[in-house]
Amino acid sequence: MGARRTVIFENKPVIIGSYSIVGPKEGKGNFASYFDYIMKDDSFGEESYEKAEKKMIESAVAGAIKNAGIKTEDVSLLLSGDLLNQIISSSYAARNFDMGFLGLFGACSTMAEGLAVGSSIIDGGYLDNIVCATGSHFSTAERQFRFPLELGNQRPPTSQWTVTGAGACVLAQKGQGPRVTMATFGKVVDYAVNDVNDMGAAMAPAAMDTMMTHFRETERTPDDYDLIVTGDLGKLGSEILIDLMEMNGIKLGLNYNDCGQMYFTRNQNTLSGGSGCGCSATVLNSYIISKLRKGELQRVLFMPTGALMSTTASQQGETIPGVCHAIVLESDVKPKGGGVQSKDVKKSTTASKGRSKKGG
Amino acid sequence: MLRGNKMTEKERNQAYNKYVKAKIPKTRAWPSLFNSFIVGGVICCIGQGINDLILLGFPTMAEQTAWGYTLIALIFIASFLTGIGVYDKIGKFAGGGSIVPITGFSNSVTSPSLEFKHEGIIYGICVKMFTIAGPVIVVGVVSSVIVGIIYLFV
Amino acid sequence: MYYIWVFLIGGLICMLGQMLIIYTNITSARILVTFVLIGVVLQAFGIFDPISAFAKAGINVPIIGFGASLAKGAISAVKAKGLIGAFTGGLEATAGGIAAAVIFAFIFALIFKSKTKS
Repeated sequence: MGARRTVIFENKPVIIGSYSIVGPKEGKGNFASYFDYIMKDDSFGEESYEKAEKKMIESAVAGAIKNAGIKTEDVSLLLSGDLLNQIISSSYAARNFDMGFLGLFGACSTMAEGLAVGSSIIDGGYLDNIVCATGSHFSTAERQFRFPLELGNQRPPTSQWTVTGAGACVLAQKGQGPRVTMATFGKVVDYAVNDVNDMGAAMAPAAMDTMMTHFRETERTPDDYDLIVTGDLGKLGSEILIDLMEMNGIKLGLNYNDCGQMYFTRNQNTLSGGSGCGCSATVLNSYIISKLRKGELQRVLFMPTGALMSTTASQQGETIPGVCHAIVLESDVKPKGGGVQSKDVKKSTTASKGRSKKGG
Repeated sequence: MLRGNKMTEKERNQAYNKYVKAKIPKTRAWPSLFNSFIVGGVICCIGQGINDLILLGFPTMAEQTAWGYTLIALIFIASFLTGIGVYDKIGKFAGGGSIVPITGFSNSVTSPSLEFKHEGIIYGICVKMFTIAGPVIVVGVVSSVIVGIIYLFV
Repeated sequence: MYYIWVFLIGGLICMLGQMLIIYTNITSARILVTFVLIGVVLQAFGIFDPISAFAKAGINVPIIGFGASLAKGAISAVKAKGLIGAFTGGLEATAGGIAAAVIFAFIFALIFKSKTKS
């Protein structure tokens, strides 16, 4: 067991604005009504999909700043990353913004990585406004990690569908909006899964590790949260996570779900569900943040997972390392009808069971 | 299974992979086998049809030459269907049924060329053309040269 | 009538490919390579021609036929020209197919654009 990895933010950075943009297929999925913008065509008027991805991140950043009601000049730093080599979508999008830029790579966990780093800087009082962004595109990911689009092959049942979409949010010292109260930095975990078509299984141990660390260091239990959401474990991966947690004595209940698993409808043919940086980023910056704003969700544990592999490493026989960062988001609006109080009462029964098995 | 601190990392990984393998949902094999059988059979029949038509039109043509034209015609059709974005839909349905015939070879040459055209004619289309089908040529040539040399001595 | 044989043999070969995909999880590049090798081996042992006599397109259209022509070209060129034939024969026999794949891929890549799946 290493050093403490959970940060508790005393000053509680605020998410004052967020924005999500998705492709047409995602716009027909389960979160359709929450997105800020749904593209009619996923080339977004650009000649290549890489350029489209860059433009999506650009508009997500601009949209989040606009929704926050501040000006671009007020933002000090952009924290962004994506899946492409040398995170080109983010770096090239950053060309157009007059602010500092830190490129992040956490694969599909980038949104949480950005929020954790950004919140730490804000909490320390060093900067006033920071934008965290990330995005992914089905067609660019397919070509970088798998096969050409027109190749006539079948996808195995464990494979996932990279979400075409980008999300961004503005973190600030003060203002109205959900607050970031804690972050648990994840460590790289590798259980020697080498099937690139089964990312969920490769990343689930990392999610388990971060979740266990988070609960241990904060002395919380799953019942302290209205919603615990992983990024893109998919259908199979989230079932594995539930099993892994149960083996560690923690039972994940109905308040646990996975963005990738929820993302698409049953007949959208996405097999194990959605994936990619855009998957958790668009769900966070649309559905989750709007529910937190309204007070319908009070406390959320947001923990996107990333598979830190490359095609070169895979071809050389390397296994797939995973990482998962956890962020705690809390609403600044009091719930209607005291929903949280009743939850607090309920927690005592299951929580004590979970703790006793762990042996304190 | 994965609990217990006595387990070494290697044992833990093996146990985990075994668990994952059992957890993967089993899909019934026969529908996809049936699809590949039907589509593969149909593609071969189309080939036979083209070949028969060529021989009907040019009765004096050597059989070998007619086969040459047949394959070229199939390659043309598959390449075109790849270009208009139809072949990958056939492939999604048929699996091996549209990979194993020569049309699948054509698809695997055309699809990367199409995909990488934004990187330019030389570095995109030309360089990437054989990213998938290249091994077919390499393995085919290597093995045929070996067979040829063996036949030199037998 | 022989269309039934064409259909059955062609279908069976493709089904074998699908079985490889399902049970061994291999990619399409490996499938193609495997079947080319099968073709070369069948031809080298002289089994290909008897099957081809009744299966016709059923075995010539699958990429097995491509492998068989490579081997057949190499064998007959060796017999006619000696050692040099081992090098020239294979590609000579299959030049039409390879050139067709290259030229059509080139042309259609220039004309069309890759489309997103949905």
